[in-house]
Amino acid sequence: MEKKRIIGLFSGLVLGGSTLIVVLFLGIILWDIFSKGFPSLSWNFVSSFPTNGMTQGGILPAIIGTVLLTFITTLFSVPFGVACAIYLNEYARPNTLTNVIRASIRNLAGVPSIIYGLFGLALFVQALNFGTSILSAGLTLGLLSLPYIITTTEEALKRIPNSLREAALALGVTQFETIKDVVLPKALPGILTGVILTLSRAAGETAPILFTGVAFFINGISASPNQEFMALPYHLYMLSTQHNEIEQVRPLAYATASVLILLVFLLNIIAFYVRFKNRTQD
Amino acid sequence: MNTVKREQIDSLLKFAFKGAGLLTITLLGGIFFMLFANSILFFLNVPPLDFFTGSQWDPENHYSIFPLLVSTFWVALGSMLIAVPLGIFSAAYLSEMAPKKLQIVLKPIIEMLAAIPSVAIGFLGIVLVGPGLAQIFGIQNGLNALNGSILLAVMALPTIVTISEDAINAVPKSHREASLALGANKWETLFKVTIPAAFPGLIAAVMLGLGRALGETMTVLMATGNSAAIPKGFLDSVRTITATIAIEMGEVPYQTTHYYSLFAIAAILFLITLAVNFTGEFFANRLRKFHS
Repeated sequence: MEKKRIIGLFSGLVLGGSTLIVVLFLGIILWDIFSKGFPSLSWNFVSSFPTNGMTQGGILPAIIGTVLLTFITTLFSVPFGVACAIYLNEYARPNTLTNVIRASIRNLAGVPSIIYGLFGLALFVQALNFGTSILSAGLTLGLLSLPYIITTTEEALKRIPNSLREAALALGVTQFETIKDVVLPKALPGILTGVILTLSRAAGETAPILFTGVAFFINGISASPNQEFMALPYHLYMLSTQHNEIEQVRPLAYATASVLILLVFLLNIIAFYVRFKNRTQD
Repeated sequence: MNTVKREQIDSLLKFAFKGAGLLTITLLGGIFFMLFANSILFFLNVPPLDFFTGSQWDPENHYSIFPLLVSTFWVALGSMLIAVPLGIFSAAYLSEMAPKKLQIVLKPIIEMLAAIPSVAIGFLGIVLVGPGLAQIFGIQNGLNALNGSILLAVMALPTIVTISEDAINAVPKSHREASLALGANKWETLFKVTIPAAFPGLIAAVMLGLGRALGETMTVLMATGNSAAIPKGFLDSVRTITATIAIEMGEVPYQTTHYYSLFAIAAILFLITLAVNFTGEFFANRLRKFHS
């Protein structure tokens, strides 16, 4: 009996300790980055251009670049992703074609992000001749986001009870009108949660934009989609590995990392809020 | 709007939605085609035998995937050694031991870990883990395989914890009750009944975590030192397939042998991750069938 108690105690320690370590990982990451990044954060840092070979000034063009990039990603991936999810949940019959589509989506979600970068380079930059530009990079991230948007949207559609659809159809409404006026409005919060979470992931991606249009430095901000752009994750990468005066720019790298993580967390909090509000309404 | 027109719109849109569904097959097919068409152009210049059996990745002279492949697996396996026990134990704690209130706090924390961009984790590899390892082992710099493994473990943990927890939760309550009724205590039940029953799901969790570790680019690029030699231990610098593509694709002229070679190593990586993910899916499906 005594032995059993000791084993029990030991097991509890191992299990609880493991969980504590996982939580500590997050704590260490956030503590290290925020405690060293926040002192360098200022209004000037987020609202001005880098100066003196990136050793001073701010990251405004990288913030704007990331926002515009994510916008292009959204424009492309949300309509296609939602349409695909609608097809799968509302129209598709359980046949071979549907199974192949589902298997494709699962595989696409597992393709390494750098391979999406190569695909974007071959397709958008070269074959379609968009060049290295924010458009090519945004479309590449759009492709990467597609499987996540489809999966989360389908989950949201699945939660809408069939009785609603049947009621609409029984009133003589066409299937498309049922989807547009009954199903989609009801599923909107769920879809939105998935979309925002996917975009927060896309905004932090670096590998897919490496060869499709990101630049270390640009002189001015232009709204034109065929220009190269700066982005927060790439800026952090360059500041921490490629800069000539790495030690001197370290505080700026910490501050950039803080802004990037805050941006991603902000999107996550919005998604949680939408989900929470939706749950409490039901 | 009259009925005929409404029905025309209806069938038109049905067609459009189907088109969006077919787009996913086209996309996967496109990626497949892009990788293998460019690989064939590479193998026209470099014999496949040299590619798989050589020992040097030294573009323009020697194109051998071998050191890159060893590096990729070395770092990924190291990360699994750390992440698998931590992940499964945490999942067991979350689903079997933690009070409800603690669960509600812990789950979002693990989701937050998944949300941190890989480049930020790579950055910590440079500024925190690297110097730490250098001090502990008394080496010049800490940019090596172990650094990469630690970071990849952090990145794979949310996947492993979440899926393992689902797998443990999916074990029917009656299994546990039967075991407890026979006089087993809660630990014997956990280790001898619940975890074995959840085993296929745990394998799925490990496989999907491994898939993520194998395909990760930025963290290994920043933290492992990138020397393209066959590693002899965890304190050696390594260079994975993903890091090689990231470093070299930015510099090569388009449509050269070197350019095609990067598609060839990407094709191999694609096949490996595909196989790992398929294995994960296979076990996940078995779990679903088992419990329904």
